[in-house]
Amino acid sequence: MKRRNLLAGAALALGLGGAALAGSHEPLKVGFIYVGPIGDGGWTFEHNEGRLAVEEHFGDAVETVFQENVPEGADAERALTQMALQGADLIFTTSFGYMDPTNAVAGKFPDVKFEHATGYKREHANVSTYSARFYEGRAVQGHIAGKMTETNKIGYIASFPIPEVIRGINAAYIHAKRVNPDVEFSVIWVYTWFDPAKEADAANALIEQGADVVLQHTDSTAPQAAAQAAGNVITFGQASDMGEYAPMPRVSSIIDNWAPYYIARTQEVIDGSWASVDTWDGISTGMVKIGDISDAVPADVKAEAEAMAAAIGAGEYHPFTGPLNKQDGSPWLAEGEIADDGTLAGMNFYVEGLTGEVPN
Amino acid sequence: MIRLEKRPSPSRTVGMLTPVLAVLLTMVAGSVLFAILGKNPFLAIKTIFYDPILGEFAFYYRGQLLVKAGPLILIAIGLSLGFRAGIWNIGAEGQYIIGAICGAGVGLAFYPADFWFIFPLMVLAGAAGGILWAMIPAILKTRFNTNEILVSLLLVYVAEQILASMSLGLLRNPDGAGFPGSRNLKQYEAAANNELIVGTGVHWGVVAALIAVILAYVLLNRHMLGFQIRLTGESPRAARFAGVRPRLLVVFCLGASGGLAGLAGLFEVAGPAGQISIDFNVGYGFTAIIVAFLGRLHPVGILLAGLLMALTYIGGEAAQATLGLPAAAIQAFQGMLLFFLLAVDVLTNYRIRIGRMEAA
Repeated sequence: MKRRNLLAGAALALGLGGAALAGSHEPLKVGFIYVGPIGDGGWTFEHNEGRLAVEEHFGDAVETVFQENVPEGADAERALTQMALQGADLIFTTSFGYMDPTNAVAGKFPDVKFEHATGYKREHANVSTYSARFYEGRAVQGHIAGKMTETNKIGYIASFPIPEVIRGINAAYIHAKRVNPDVEFSVIWVYTWFDPAKEADAANALIEQGADVVLQHTDSTAPQAAAQAAGNVITFGQASDMGEYAPMPRVSSIIDNWAPYYIARTQEVIDGSWASVDTWDGISTGMVKIGDISDAVPADVKAEAEAMAAAIGAGEYHPFTGPLNKQDGSPWLAEGEIADDGTLAGMNFYVEGLTGEVPN
Repeated sequence: MIRLEKRPSPSRTVGMLTPVLAVLLTMVAGSVLFAILGKNPFLAIKTIFYDPILGEFAFYYRGQLLVKAGPLILIAIGLSLGFRAGIWNIGAEGQYIIGAICGAGVGLAFYPADFWFIFPLMVLAGAAGGILWAMIPAILKTRFNTNEILVSLLLVYVAEQILASMSLGLLRNPDGAGFPGSRNLKQYEAAANNELIVGTGVHWGVVAALIAVILAYVLLNRHMLGFQIRLTGESPRAARFAGVRPRLLVVFCLGASGGLAGLAGLFEVAGPAGQISIDFNVGYGFTAIIVAFLGRLHPVGILLAGLLMALTYIGGEAAQATLGLPAAAIQAFQGMLLFFLLAVDVLTNYRIRIGRMEAA
């Protein structure tokens, strides 16, 4: 039998696996593929918190499995296939680089539901995509940063030049510039999501160049530690609250709160109402949360920042509201015009005033 | 009193037995580690070593073993030639990257044409890319007597930068909405390195690895060049008297290892990985160094070592997903394997004597 499976190919074999699954009355199995270690204190940590919330919410009705440190590419495809073979009914793949592997494996396991974070490809009916409007939090950070900086130099540790990251840089810059016309951004691209050594190097380089605010779009707490060691530098928690560095250097944070989404989607699989969707939620649904603004921030700035977050959450204010020009000076949004989601989703340009180039 | 006594000449029998002993010791020490982590050690060892070969889902894992072992073996065979002659190419990772870029570049240049010669041309370009990248340390060594270890290693980081630049610029998918990464070659039939027999994991890279094993065996045992390589490693002075031209040997060994690494990169990018992306490389070039030594620099040994290494990866991933072992524990487990291999190596050159040391 084994030999026949081998020769008959994956399609047949995988089909058998699926059939075996349908007849079982075991708890729903929900899998998670993580790009970093669950102890990264940031991105993967928060996804894992979401997983734990699913376990707590459903109790014995749901079993979760996860695999951490999965490289993006061929290895991800294997990790996914492995989970599907072992009976996972719903799998969350939590990094952009899992986009093609997720779709490839989804094609082979039509009965398994796949949810890919931060991507845009839904090639099969059993693939959904979801992401959070982190840029809403970035706008709030930019406001605080612009108000707080004394050197007028703000450092930004960027991971990969993908739209999500570029959007964050633009959102932060626009709102820093609005309250402080002299502000300058220096962006360092580290080409990694999680590498404490590289992140610390980048933070130190930015601080040496005179930055007294360091924003990060990477997942470790290394930049926080570097800022703490330097003193008089403020930072923001990324993906997770990173509250252990409050009140200084961490003055606030963007918290990715995946738990409600994970619980809702798991429930939909249980109910049989799950369908392929593209979700992009922000402060309004609580997927993006602004971490407690510490006492290191003056009360008036704190009040303004909280008001901005509330306005974004209520849908009264959009961080990308014109007039805005692109970096080369060409007009992008007219007075009062709001950026459409399509442009934001594929954003590959800086707004006017930012120096340097998007790497390409 | 236990003491070590030098053998008159290294023992061949022990030399072949030590890798087996190292694996056994790793299993014992690993069991202790897993037990400390609160997991059933027998189940963990079974999941890592038995399940991928004979377990329930072995029909899938066996193919994946070949997918994982293919590039390791291909690169390690090339490296072993140089290592035997005392020529240390540490930068196979870089040659792997450049091979992938050149091969994929040729394929993408033809997109969407459908000629039969596209894939063969990509194979040639992949090998050529690897060879050219390896020629940099080769020429610097033969002309200026630079250290090939340093030059080849540092060129890995250069290659990674080129890879990032290619993913973001020249080779970026024009239909990718601004996201980095090339088109997926798996979805471009003329350039795809798909499985030759569906479900077996066998793609052209695996075939190439087997051919390389056979050719290396013939070269080392039946050919003058192989004799010269071995002689140079064992006695450089004698080699000079025997008419070996050391510079030519440097060029050949670095060229061969670079070419094979480039091929491995091409087969990977056109097959399992599918696309040029910023984090396309996952360390095969470095792991292959371990494989080469684990296999005692012997072609057949490398074949077995490559499969064993692949097994620890695949089984390790399975143990993560099914038993919830942390990724770090798996890495520590792999580290133990190398540690024990080096530790028991001493037995090849020394024998253990138990008894009183004779008076001096």
